Amino acid sequence: MKTDIILAGVGGQGILSIAAVIGAAALENNLELKQAETHGMSQRGGDVVSHMRISDQTIYSDLIPKGKADLILAVEPMESLRYLPYLSTEGYVVTNSTPFLNIDNYPELENVKAEIQKHKNVVLIDADKIAKEAGSVRASNIVMLGAASPFIGVDFEVLEKGVEAIFKKKGADIVNMNLKALRAGREFALAN
Amino acid sequence: MQKHLLLGVEAIGQGAIDGGMSGVYAYPGTPSTEITEYIQENELAKERNIHREWSANEKTAMETALGMSYAGKRAMVCMKHVGLNVAADAFVNAAITGVNGGLIVTVADDPSMHSSQNEQDSRFYAKFSMIPVLEPSNQQEAYDMARIGFELSEKAGVPVLLRITTRLAHSRAGVVRKELLDENTMVLPKDPRQFVLLPSIARKRYNMLLGNQDGYIQMAEESVYNKYIDRENKKLGIICCGIAYNYLMENYPEDDCPHPILKISQYPVPEKMIRKMEEECDELLVMEEGYPLVEEMLSDFFGRGKNVKGRLDGTLPRAGELNPDWVAKALGLPCTEGREIPELVESRPPALCMGCGHMDVYKAMNEALEVYGKGRVFSDIGCYTLGALPPYESINSCVDMGASITMAKGAADAGLIPSVAVIGDSTFTHSGITGLLDAVNEKSSITVIISDNESVSMTGGQHSSAEGKIEDICAAVGVHPDHIKVIIPHKKNHEEMVQLINEELAYEGVSVIVPRRECIQRAARMRRMAKAAKEN
Repeated sequence: MKTDIILAGVGGQGILSIAAVIGAAALENNLELKQAETHGMSQRGGDVVSHMRISDQTIYSDLIPKGKADLILAVEPMESLRYLPYLSTEGYVVTNSTPFLNIDNYPELENVKAEIQKHKNVVLIDADKIAKEAGSVRASNIVMLGAASPFIGVDFEVLEKGVEAIFKKKGADIVNMNLKALRAGREFALAN
Repeated sequence: MQKHLLLGVEAIGQGAIDGGMSGVYAYPGTPSTEITEYIQENELAKERNIHREWSANEKTAMETALGMSYAGKRAMVCMKHVGLNVAADAFVNAAITGVNGGLIVTVADDPSMHSSQNEQDSRFYAKFSMIPVLEPSNQQEAYDMARIGFELSEKAGVPVLLRITTRLAHSRAGVVRKELLDENTMVLPKDPRQFVLLPSIARKRYNMLLGNQDGYIQMAEESVYNKYIDRENKKLGIICCGIAYNYLMENYPEDDCPHPILKISQYPVPEKMIRKMEEECDELLVMEEGYPLVEEMLSDFFGRGKNVKGRLDGTLPRAGELNPDWVAKALGLPCTEGREIPELVESRPPALCMGCGHMDVYKAMNEALEVYGKGRVFSDIGCYTLGALPPYESINSCVDMGASITMAKGAADAGLIPSVAVIGDSTFTHSGITGLLDAVNEKSSITVIISDNESVSMTGGQHSSAEGKIEDICAAVGVHPDHIKVIIPHKKNHEEMVQLINEELAYEGVSVIVPRRECIQRAARMRRMAKAAKEN
């Protein structure tokens, strides 16, 4: 078993929380894991990416080779396109459809969506809307994790445990809201 | 065996604690910051009362750590690569004084300049200072090397450089902890003059250092981190330094590389191993993260020796961090690539946060400077450097920590009056004070704006050494109290701030304006922490 995931978004959108949940889940399953992330200047509203690799074999490189990723999990639609060179032809693009508008020259959203749809395996989901329904728009990253969960190669129960572990410090309400968000994301992906 | 999921930097923090370290000294700098942060939060570090406060800059950090080593205890200094330039005086001379307690200098280089001004390779500094280097290839080695590095330093009698790069620093993997070592007890150096670098003593110490070099090479030959992996196909021999080894193995996941491999993770380079490879193989390929240090050592100037491939001959790109794709190409292996990035994708550069006080400073400063024209603002290293980008385009320089004030003075000396310096609070106490003193001593016509957000913000909101001290420091350096002005950078104070800047620009002498408002990221974090504390 081996899954290579590109996590993409904008600094501050919470891709590191997604990575932390998957990381905790992988550890729980006794899998090998490497996860390279972006710190520093780019976190100030710039594009950020995390390379996440899970395997039952030794993982050498911290970076995923181009054309080898099984999944691009993006919390922002344009950011899902930035890492296409990494995606394998059979890989999945799972992306939020709500744009993060902090630049003046953001392309037409319809054109962005059209580019995304050109890929063979796509899940395009309005995570912000679903997160709001679950309790808070801040959980949209966890909705995205739920939407990507069928393609990660880790049991869903273990991801749920991961969410519990990561948000435990913030209290039971936050844990439950994020679990709701996680399940709603997964339901959407399985239904579409 | 329980595995802990740790970033490379966290693995180093844990390794140092488990290796019996009594103090960590550092100034924040990406990608090194989290080593110290990890130690600050660590329960065992608290229990052992390991020193873990931030230093004012890398030089004070290096010297303080050397002082702890003098007193017989184990210490670590952490910094980003350009920080080593600041600490260089102490760093180079610490190789001459040698150590008493083990001393590890951990430097995180940033090839590809993810968050830096250059991609200098710290291994050159170690070669220059003639001390051993440890360069881990993965997180487990990072942990192990931080743990045993003190012992190596004590055995070698000099500081040891632990060199990592951004990728390892900020990548997570499972790490197995080893037995916790005791701290050293305090003990003075056997020779009371060991650290007195008077020329007569320094000459003796330097000769000792030269005499120890063969021993350091022998240590590298015997190091568990360096290994020669013999293989059938001798047409090529591959030398991999540090993390490059992973990229090679990524391309041979079944461990089926047909060529001999030399993995180097401890320097000076293991000479016998390299000679063996040169004798056996037709040509060599050197892969290293950073500058072509080993490649340059092995390349024959006159072209008479064996061919050495790497970054210098274009087999690998000369600049930038390595990756598995470049390495595949260098090995002549097939590369895959997914779809191209669609043309409509725009770049998304980092920007100042919504509501940041630096924005209000730049708006007011731009307006005040309109009458004088563009091109007279010297700035520095921090979030406010983003003021170079639209919509502000306010600053004309960013060179090194503290250079804003001194460059403004130099430009004023040349006749560019008024000249303006924009510097952050923490950068000011890091390296700005001495430059301000120069300007005061010569009554230079410069306006220094110390944009104070009361934290080291770019690296994540660490405590700023400047907190609560800026006006006193400026007055003590000799800035006239009438020209030290504090204002809250806020929309509602815009007109007042424009007027204030205008007045000080017109003043023929050194003036300091301190726009002061807490970093909004830090303020939000504090609010969240207070809320969480209340709820629990």
